[in-house]
Amino acid sequence: MPLVNGGKIVDDSFVKLAVDTPLPEGGDILVPAERFLGDAEGFLERAGKVGVIWPNNRDIAELVPYLGKIAAVALVFPTFRDGRAYSQARLLRERYDYRGELRATGQVLRDQFVFMLRAGFDAFEVKKQADAEAFMQTAKRYSVFYQPTGDGRITALHRRMQLRHSEGVGT
Amino acid sequence: MYAYDEIDRTLVNERVSEFRDQVQRRLSGELTEDEFKMLRLQNGVYLQLHAYMFRVAIPYGTLASNQLRALAHIARKYDRGYGHFTTRQNIQFNWIKLSDLPDALADLAEVGIHAMQTSGNNMRNVTSDQWAGVAPGEIEDPRIWSELIRQHTTLHPEFSFLPRKFKIAITASEHDRAAIKVHDIGLKLIKNEKGETGFEVLVGGGLGRTPFIGKTIKHFVHGRDILSYIEAILRVYNQYGRRDNIYKARIKILVHELGIEKFSREVEEEWQQIRNSSLQIDDEVIEDIRSRFTYPSYEKLPHMPDELRQAAADPDFEAWRKNSVAPHKVQGYSIVTISLKPTGGPPGDATAEQMDVLADLADKYSFGEIRVGHEQNLALPHVAKRDLPALWKALDKLGLATPNVNLITDIIACPGLDYCSLANARSIPIAQELTRRFANHELANLIGRLHINISGCINACGHHHVGHIGILGVEKNGEEVYQITIGGRADENAALGTLIGPGVKFDEVADVVEDIVEAYLALRERPEELFMDTVKRLGVEPFKERVYATR
Repeated sequence: MPLVNGGKIVDDSFVKLAVDTPLPEGGDILVPAERFLGDAEGFLERAGKVGVIWPNNRDIAELVPYLGKIAAVALVFPTFRDGRAYSQARLLRERYDYRGELRATGQVLRDQFVFMLRAGFDAFEVKKQADAEAFMQTAKRYSVFYQPTGDGRITALHRRMQLRHSEGVGT
Repeated sequence: MYAYDEIDRTLVNERVSEFRDQVQRRLSGELTEDEFKMLRLQNGVYLQLHAYMFRVAIPYGTLASNQLRALAHIARKYDRGYGHFTTRQNIQFNWIKLSDLPDALADLAEVGIHAMQTSGNNMRNVTSDQWAGVAPGEIEDPRIWSELIRQHTTLHPEFSFLPRKFKIAITASEHDRAAIKVHDIGLKLIKNEKGETGFEVLVGGGLGRTPFIGKTIKHFVHGRDILSYIEAILRVYNQYGRRDNIYKARIKILVHELGIEKFSREVEEEWQQIRNSSLQIDDEVIEDIRSRFTYPSYEKLPHMPDELRQAAADPDFEAWRKNSVAPHKVQGYSIVTISLKPTGGPPGDATAEQMDVLADLADKYSFGEIRVGHEQNLALPHVAKRDLPALWKALDKLGLATPNVNLITDIIACPGLDYCSLANARSIPIAQELTRRFANHELANLIGRLHINISGCINACGHHHVGHIGILGVEKNGEEVYQITIGGRADENAALGTLIGPGVKFDEVADVVEDIVEAYLALRERPEELFMDTVKRLGVEPFKERVYATR
């Protein structure tokens, strides 16, 4: 499954651990939430980056104490119809100020890219090769956004206010 | 009228290109039907019994004449020459080809119309009072806020994959014409003691198989906070709404299971985190949206012009005027409701020719503006009273002057088994038969205000729960059976109807309705006592007795 990061298809340095996979000596690992919380200090002490795979039905606030120490959070879309991880992503970025890698996993398809980018995702485990290749093109589909999110894109309302002021409304 | 600016136009055009690409990928096989289904639904495209159905949004029910002409054009060029107005200020075309859809959307985009989020598990078309901006006594024009919310909910990055669909309705009048109590969020525009604009917020209303009347979650949310408050509700719903069972996934079930107190605490907690964010709206933003709504320059006209006085001698005109014409906030003007319920016709349908001529009439008599109401009728919102006789003649020629607005033949009905893949029973033929039974205007007038709502399945698109008489078609042992309720209503006193007894067969429905009406006529204390009031006074028993005594 291709990984898109920074808009490009890249090699994935992380190895995903299951609940019972033996812990590798070194290297970057993505650990299921339950396992990570069971021995957070242990995971954080080892060499190599640590990321956490967080299920979409668990309160993301539980992860807050570790956000400064982990390298990645992988949120899950069990199907593309299940949008809970969009809320988790926005909370991580906008409320908890998480700045590490935020990865979308599961059924990640082309037509969700814009929503995901706006919600704060920056890494994508894309289901289909063709979708991964079309990432940059798809990300540019929209130039107008109505809602303010943490992604910094200017909203339609603010653009209008700028236009009003530059046109000197009221003069 | 709200005029799109370059920003709105760009977004709609970008959406059209995106959908063109999606259709292309479906036709080439790159997308599976399962993947495509959600994408097409997000653009109002359903696969029905016979063909694709295309649902187009008419936000808060306001249309300009050129937009109505564009809808006529779609009906003529891509469909079978007619469209069907729905109970949520949308229009549906029933016979469109998938490969034509991108072009149809592009044609609509030229006049600022879109089909975004007219289906799918997202925030649907924002609806409002079809008399917004012209109703006497209205607090302020709710369309300004409707448009603000329309923009905010369009392609929302967090809430486009909700547990289930989500509908918002807004009213600014005491008398609720937008059915806000049966919406996921209902907003009632009010002023606080300082004279500031805000909203009473209701949540968890809805029909379908588990109907609920919405509950007040907050008595006053300041206008500047309305987006953050809605966002807080949606965020709680997105995370905790049920996804294991499609029939329990609407917010009404979450509100019911948690209880309104617990639900409102969750929302409050979330809201406190986000209310002082960029979601807060300042007056300038509201002014900017308001500035792109244009209002007619009304003339100073007499309350009772000669034209109207003379026309009063014509009983046909008077019959029409009495139930189609409503007071306007400006003296000398009226709001004219146009019945799409002709005798024997499917409720809510209009032909391309009717739409075109109506657009011309709107230009001539209503400052180019048309409205669409949830009762599946249209309205011309600014007609000078002196023009009423001429307008009536023109409408009559078009078959659009049936004098039955708010009467027993002004029926709300879903498409039912004639079109819909979800339906268990026919709706339209029931409606057609009832309009024939009660075609006599004197009789209908004698009965007075009475709303019949018909749904062809438990999903309740025909709002049967809130019909004064509600008719629900179900399937039993391979046969269509209809359950009859009475006492429902969708206005500010919204209530769910009560079942009167066992279901009846297709060809008995009209007889049963006649029995109910006869019982009412015999039971009412005086002619002014409306059907609803008699049911309220006496309960369902006497009606039940009358209907089942001989069956």
